[in-house]
Amino acid sequence: MSGTTLFGLCAAALVGLGLYGLICQPGALRKILAFNLIGSGVFLLFGVIAQRGGGVLALAGTGADGDPVPQALVITGLVVAFAATAIAVTLLVRLAETSARGTLEGDEPAPPAPAGERRP
Amino acid sequence: MMALQPLFAAWFADLMDLGGLLLVIPLMLPVVGLLLALIVRGRSLGRFALALLLLGLTSAAAITAAVATGDQALHYQLGGWAPPLGVALKADGLSAVMLLTTAVVLLGVGIYAQRGFQVPAGLPETRRSLAFWTLLCGIWGGINTVFLGQDLFTLFVALELLTFSAVPLVALDGRPETLAAALRYLLFALLGSVLYLLGAVLFYGTYGTLDIALLADLIAGADALPPAVPVAAALMTVGLLAKTALFPLHLWLPPAHAGAPPAASAVLSALVVKASFFLILRIWFDLMPALLTLTAAQVLGALGAAAILFGNLVALRQTRLKLLIAYSTLAQIGYLFLIFPLAAGGSSVAITAGALQVVSHACAKAAMFMAAGLIAAALGHDQIRGLGGIGRALPLTVLAFGLAGLSLIGLPPSGGYLVKTLLSAEAIGTGQWWWYLVVQVGGLLTAAYLFFVLSQALSASPQPTIPREHPRLVQQLVVLALALCALLLGLLPLSAVDLLEIGRPAAADSGAASALLADAWSLDKLWSGLWPVLIVAALVIAVRYRQQRKPVEPEGIKPTAAPGRALDQLDSLLRQWPVGGLLLLVLVAALVQTMLVGR
Repeated sequence: MSGTTLFGLCAAALVGLGLYGLICQPGALRKILAFNLIGSGVFLLFGVIAQRGGGVLALAGTGADGDPVPQALVITGLVVAFAATAIAVTLLVRLAETSARGTLEGDEPAPPAPAGERRP
Repeated sequence: MMALQPLFAAWFADLMDLGGLLLVIPLMLPVVGLLLALIVRGRSLGRFALALLLLGLTSAAAITAAVATGDQALHYQLGGWAPPLGVALKADGLSAVMLLTTAVVLLGVGIYAQRGFQVPAGLPETRRSLAFWTLLCGIWGGINTVFLGQDLFTLFVALELLTFSAVPLVALDGRPETLAAALRYLLFALLGSVLYLLGAVLFYGTYGTLDIALLADLIAGADALPPAVPVAAALMTVGLLAKTALFPLHLWLPPAHAGAPPAASAVLSALVVKASFFLILRIWFDLMPALLTLTAAQVLGALGAAAILFGNLVALRQTRLKLLIAYSTLAQIGYLFLIFPLAAGGSSVAITAGALQVVSHACAKAAMFMAAGLIAAALGHDQIRGLGGIGRALPLTVLAFGLAGLSLIGLPPSGGYLVKTLLSAEAIGTGQWWWYLVVQVGGLLTAAYLFFVLSQALSASPQPTIPREHPRLVQQLVVLALALCALLLGLLPLSAVDLLEIGRPAAADSGAASALLADAWSLDKLWSGLWPVLIVAALVIAVRYRQQRKPVEPEGIKPTAAPGRALDQLDSLLRQWPVGGLLLLVLVAALVQTMLVGR
C-alpha cells in the first residue's frame, strides 16, 4: 500500500468518524469536536492531493514533484475552521451560563415574544 | 440641487467607465465598513453604515448599468493574476441583478435599524449597536463575494464569512432560546460547509484547478466522467442545500429566523439563504450543465415541491406571526428548486424565473419581517390571535404587510406573478403538469394564511389598541417601499428581464422569458389567476365567522384536527438533529446515484 493510499484512507476514516459524531452525539461540545474531525479529514485529503502532485504546475508543464497550492488553501481552511470553532464554543459557553444546557435536543422553536405581557 | 444632478450623472458615467475594476468596489466597501466601525463606534456608527450602504447601492447600480449597456459580463482578475493561480471576478446579468437587490434590501434594513440599534442617550457606545452594524457589513461582504467570485475556494471563504456574520445576529439579544437557535444554525451550517469543501477538494484532486470557467471546460471536454466528479457535485450541492434550508434540511431555520431581532430576520430570510442557492445555480448551470440529468433534476424539483406544500401547511398551523413568516420562507425557497426540472432541457426561462423569485421574495420577505417587528413592538407580543385592532393603530404597516403578501401569493402585478407565469408556462410547455399543480396550490395556501393574518389585524379589538411603542414614520415608509418594490416588479420594462441573460451561456431560447411575460397581461390570464384567490379569501372569512361564534379558542389558525396534529409531529420529527443529519447523507447518496444512472 502506497503512502498516498494509506493517508487517503485515513482522511476518509476521519471524515466518517466526524460525520458519525456530528449527527449522532447529543452533546454540543462533542458536535463541535466532531466538526473539527471532519475538517482534519478534509485537510488531510488536501495534503494527499498535494503529495500526489499534478494541479497547477502539471498544467503549466513544469514537471515538478508535489503541488504547493493546496498548502495555501489548507492554511486558509484551518483559519476558517478555527474561527468557526471559536464562535461555536463562545455560543455554547453563553448557552450553558444562561440556561445550564449543553445539548441541542428538545428545544422548541417558539421563544416567547421579547417584551411585555401576553394578552389572554 | 439642480447643479448637483449633472455632477452626479457625470460621476456615475465615470464610475461605469471603470469596467472590470468596478467589481472591486462591492467587495471593498463592506470590509472598509468592518474595519472603520471599530474606529467610528458610538453614536454615529449607524449613520456611517448608512452612508456606506448608499455608496454600495450606487456601485451596484453602476455595475448593472455597465453590464446592461455593454451587453456582456464584466471580468476582473485580482492583482492581474490569471486563473488557475489567480482569482477571477465576474459579473454577468444575474450577478448584477443580485448585487442590486442586496444593496436595495440592505439599505432598507439599514434605515429601519437606525432606531433599534442606536446608542441610547447617556451611553458612549453599546455592544449591541457595534455588533449589529459590523455583522451587517460582514453579511454584505460575504454576499457580494458569493455573487462575484469565480473560484470554488474563494466562494467557500465567502460562504463562511456570511455564516459567521449571520449566526451572531440570531443571538443578538442573548436569550437562551436564541443562543440555542444560533448554535443549531451554526453547527448545521458548518456540516454543510465542510461537505462543500470536501466536494471542492475532490474537484481540485481531479482537475487541478478551482476556477469555475476552467473547470467547466475540463468537464465538458472529457469523454468519460471521472468517478470523483458526481460525488463532488453531490457533496457540494447537499452542503449548500443545508445552508439554504431546503426541506427536509430545514431544522435550523424556524427558530433562528423567528428568534432574531426583526432587522436581522429580514436580512437572514431575504438575503442569506439566497446566497447558497445562487451557488447551487452556478454549480449546476455554469460548472457542469451536462451533469444535470433528468432524474437529478426531478429529485431537486421534488424537494422544492415538498418544501412548498409542507412549509405552507405548517405556516397555517402557527400561532406566532414571526414563526408563520419563517415557515413561509421555507415554502418560498421551494419555488427556487422547481426551476431545476424545468431548466434541465436547456431552457433559460426557468433560470430567469428563479432569479425573479429571488428578487421578489427578498423585497417582500424583508418588508414582512420588518412589518412584523413594528407590530410586535407596538403590541408587546406577536400572537396572531391578539392582532385585533392593530390595523387601526398602524395602518401603514399593516398595508405594507398585505402588499408584500400579495407578491408571495403571486397576484398581478407583483414579482411573484411573473415567477408563477414563467414557471407555469414552462411546466405546461415541457409536459410536466405536476409542477404546475404545485405552483398553483402553493399560491392558494399562501393566500389562506395571509388572509387569515390580515383578517385578524383588521378586526376590531374589544378595547382600543394603544401602541406601547409607536414606530417612526420613516420606518413605516421603508417597509412600505420594500413591499412596493416586490409588488411593482411586474411593471418593470421587459428589457430588465433580458438583462438576466447577459453573459450567460447562450441558450437556444434567448428572449423567450420576456416574450412569455409580454403575453401575461391579457384579461383572461389575469382573471384566471385572481378567481381562485378570491375563493380562498371567501373561505377564510367563512372560517373566521364560524370561529368567532364558537366560544372555545382553537389552537393555531386552523381548528385542531388530527391531520394538523400529524403535521406538527412530522415537523418536530424532521427538526430533530439525527433525523436531519441522516436525511442529509441519504440525499448525497441519492444525488450521486441519479447522476450515475441517468447518464
